[in-house]
Amino acid sequence: MQSTSDEVLIGRIANGDRLAMQVLYARHHVRVFRFVVRLVRDESTAEDLISEVFLEVWRQAGRFEGRSAVSTWMLAIARFKALSALRRRPDEEFNDESAAAVEDDADDPETALEKKDKSTLIRECLAGLSAQHREIVDLVYYHDKSVEEVAAIVGIPESTVKTRMFYARKRLAELLKAAGIERGWP
Amino acid sequence: MNVVSKEERLEIEELLPWHATGTLSRRDAERVSQALAGDSELARSYELVREELAETIHLNETLGAPSARVMEKLFAAIDAEEARAPRRRHALDLTRRISDFLSQFTPRTLAWSAAVGAFAILAQAAIIAGVMLREDGSPAGPKLANATSHGSFAVVRFVPQATADEITKFLGAYKATLVEGPLKSSAGLYRLRLAESQLPPTEADRIIRQMQEKESRIVGFIAPASE
Repeated sequence: MQSTSDEVLIGRIANGDRLAMQVLYARHHVRVFRFVVRLVRDESTAEDLISEVFLEVWRQAGRFEGRSAVSTWMLAIARFKALSALRRRPDEEFNDESAAAVEDDADDPETALEKKDKSTLIRECLAGLSAQHREIVDLVYYHDKSVEEVAAIVGIPESTVKTRMFYARKRLAELLKAAGIERGWP
Repeated sequence: MNVVSKEERLEIEELLPWHATGTLSRRDAERVSQALAGDSELARSYELVREELAETIHLNETLGAPSARVMEKLFAAIDAEEARAPRRRHALDLTRRISDFLSQFTPRTLAWSAAVGAFAILAQAAIIAGVMLREDGSPAGPKLANATSHGSFAVVRFVPQATADEITKFLGAYKATLVEGPLKSSAGLYRLRLAESQLPPTEADRIIRQMQEKESRIVGFIAPASE
């Protein structure tokens, strides 16, 4: 049985259909939450924000123009909300990397590598990227967004999407090298 | 063996993450596949991309999900909005129905651009049909029934290839208006008002036959309907 498309759900939501809203929420809330929590690094804030995101979807459904996928539209709203929340926090800059990229402050890279497997270290370094790099890595690798869709969500040219992703990966390689993993790239 | 030039390698290198997730266009995907087959350095780089992809998914999947509190909060906010401004929603309901109707006939992008032009005409039809809000601001349900109960009617299903523009022209040429749909009893069927006055059955049949025969590029099915 074919499930109702997101576009149809949005049409129903614009009609005030709460059931359609529940279906859309059930379908997307986890991914939107994860996208936001990766940006703001705080679950409680992320929960507040996704409530705002879906309320915005409820309000704006009648204006959805279908130029992009519904999930792309929602991630763009989520991003806007997350960045607004980050701006209210003076201690968090969008371009700052986490100091806790590799948490074993006392250990040198070799010791850290011995203690943790490679997968764990890669995930720690992914978490340690700046928010700007985290968001593009997540949009591409986790949310399966194309170059065009990332450009629409982030509001940058497609060429910039490609170079930003390249530099995010390059930065990841540098963090991994500092953690004792030499990947031979770039 | 490395057969890809330095410039091309950099270009391909930038596309590898999207190649790994399968979100490249067919043309770019083929280009990347060919480059990977002929360049061991790129192939090695692609393995790193796949590693990053796997770990990013793993990382995100361990982030958990929001609590049930979020949904409760959301629907409480929605209830509060509806209690505050129910009228806006009913007005929106009409525009949405028209947009939904239009979007069924064309590829999505074409539908949305065509909908802009067609909207004004269909909105006018909707006003004629009396589905706008009453002056006192109460919902328009009963008025819709009154407004559509006089005249001569047909049920129609448009062919999927018909564009919004063609349908709009078709409606204009016959001075017909769409008053209801899609009908619950059958997906894709719409109620069409042929005339605001009650036509003799032979005249209504003639118009319907003409629509069926001459407008087959737009009309897939049409039959007389009672008031």
